[in-house]
Amino acid sequence: MSKNAILTGLVIFILAVLLPFWVNLGGTAAAPKPEISARAKAAGRCILDKYDMRADHMQLLGKWRNSVVRHSNRLYKTADGKVFTMSLSTGKNSCLGCHEGKEKFCDKCHNYANVAPYCWECHTTPKEINQ
Amino acid sequence: MNQKYLVPLAGVFLLFLVAYTGVEGAGLQWLFGVVVPYAALLAFLAGFFYRVMGWASSAVPFRIPTTCGQAKSLPWIKQNWVDDPDTAGGVFVRMLTEIFLFRSLFRNTRAAFHRNEKNRLSYSWEIFLWVGAMAFHYSFLVVILRHLRFFTSPVPGCVKFLTKMDGILQIGLPELRISGVVLLLAVFFLLLRRIFDAKVSYISQAADYFPLFLILAIAGTGICMRYFTRVDIIGVKELTMGLVTFHPVIPKGVGGLFYAHVFMVSILFAYIPNSKLMHMGGIFLSPTRNMANNNRAVRHINPWNYPVKVHTYEEYEDDFREKMIEAGLPVDKKE
Ligand code: HEC
Ligand code: HEC
Ligand code: HEC
Repeated sequence: MSKNAILTGLVIFILAVLLPFWVNLGGTAAAPKPEISARAKAAGRCILDKYDMRADHMQLLGKWRNSVVRHSNRLYKTADGKVFTMSLSTGKNSCLGCHEGKEKFCDKCHNYANVAPYCWECHTTPKEINQ
Repeated sequence: MNQKYLVPLAGVFLLFLVAYTGVEGAGLQWLFGVVVPYAALLAFLAGFFYRVMGWASSAVPFRIPTTCGQAKSLPWIKQNWVDDPDTAGGVFVRMLTEIFLFRSLFRNTRAAFHRNEKNRLSYSWEIFLWVGAMAFHYSFLVVILRHLRFFTSPVPGCVKFLTKMDGILQIGLPELRISGVVLLLAVFFLLLRRIFDAKVSYISQAADYFPLFLILAIAGTGICMRYFTRVDIIGVKELTMGLVTFHPVIPKGVGGLFYAHVFMVSILFAYIPNSKLMHMGGIFLSPTRNMANNNRAVRHINPWNYPVKVHTYEEYEDDFREKMIEAGLPVDKKE
């Protein structure tokens, strides 16, 4: 094969590997700041510690879902003794009941990290029900 | 037990420990999260360029395509234009099937003696290496493409679509990604094949086991972070976006496991140009695949032929004519 063809292929490969650098040229994408709603602020803290929530909330939701749907147990006791009704979107003490406004909270992180939970096909935010 | 795989296994374990303890114990986040990844990328690109240019400038004096079908012949004999191409189009299709479908691996056969008195040698079609290789390479590709979500913002639609298809089974929370499972199983299969198939293990060196262990460890730490120990993905993306925008930051709260993962990926990248993993570039340059089989249709002249000084028969006769006539030998020109 001719040397020029090889060189062309090689340059294309190197540009492709460097793709993340040149699509981000000039931009500095700051991490999103999820908005803590007034109701959440009043409550003071989340179900688990903040860092645990950031990393583990999907596992917590999985546990909650199993507990409610498989074992019909709707009460969750936190380490410090508080009791929550386990729910994604129903009631004031559900995730969305406390974190009002999914777009300002959950979606901000999820869009940034390319997560698209399918939960919202069935679970709606309380506000959407009123409409 | 065999030092050919124990040494690379220990090496990979050591790499993991170096990064893990370096971050957890000595607080070397900057080294393992910023310096090493940049250095590894440079080493990868420079090494890759150097290797391929080395191949490009080496001589290919002969046409040596392997012929795997009927060559172009008389008009009523049907040519196999892909397996024995005589045109650039045929070569192109042949290379596509080679690169995307591993066609020559698909043809893999195994030779074995019948285990009875006759003890006859027979060849059989052995497809499992091909299946393992396809599963491994494609799941690895999907995993790498999915990781683009850490290096782009907003994330492009094709990456979103790929991620969605990868999680289409909707098993568990966080959602199971099919490619991760397939990758892990395929690497395990390729590793066990090397260890337990006597013929393969006989020809396997430490350099064959090392990348397998390294990829196993990378996939293992990644799966561990996603499904078990968990890690703050938003923090991780802050770090990766910092790298690609040249504003590196070290996020709070991201632990040693993540840095160990990144360190081993960096090692893998830096290792590629120095190892057999260069087949990712080399497959394009395999002379037995990328040449048309037109040896008899086209005259191929050695590119570095120089004019050779020859002494023709006429000149020879001129030199010795008289002596030849004297000895009674026939000559072309008599005087
Ligand atoms: C009683 C109110 C309340 C409920 C119910 C609640 N949270 Fe929170 N959540 C908070 C507060 C307050 C914070 C901020 C904690 C802090 O800053 O220390 C928070 C923080 C978070 C964070 C981290 C945000 C960040 O900025 O890093 C996540 C993620 C989160 N919550 C998810 C959930 C999920 C998922 C559920 C349902 C399983 C849930 N929360 C239920 C009050 C609540
Ligand atoms: C096919 C529709 C559907 C989808 C999709 C779905 N759920 Fe549910 N979920 C339900 C139903 C039905 C219940 C039962 C409600 C009840 O008994 O109160 C439920 C209950 C739950 C509960 C406990 C009860 C409550 O009020 O929330 C949790 C937590 C939960 N789901 C989480 C999730 C999460 C997280 C996802 C996304 C990963 C999800 N679900 C996706 C239908 C769905
Ligand atoms: C601090 C940012 C952040 C906030 C706030 C947040 N999430 Fe998440 N969430 C994530 C990240 C990051 C992931 C993906 C983790 C991964 O890919 O391993 C995720 C994953 C999930 C998943 C699992 C989806 C999957 O496909 O695996 C669910 C369900 C989920 N989040 C629900 C919620 C809900 C409900 C809220 C709002 C109450 C919320 N999250 C708020 C960052 C956040």
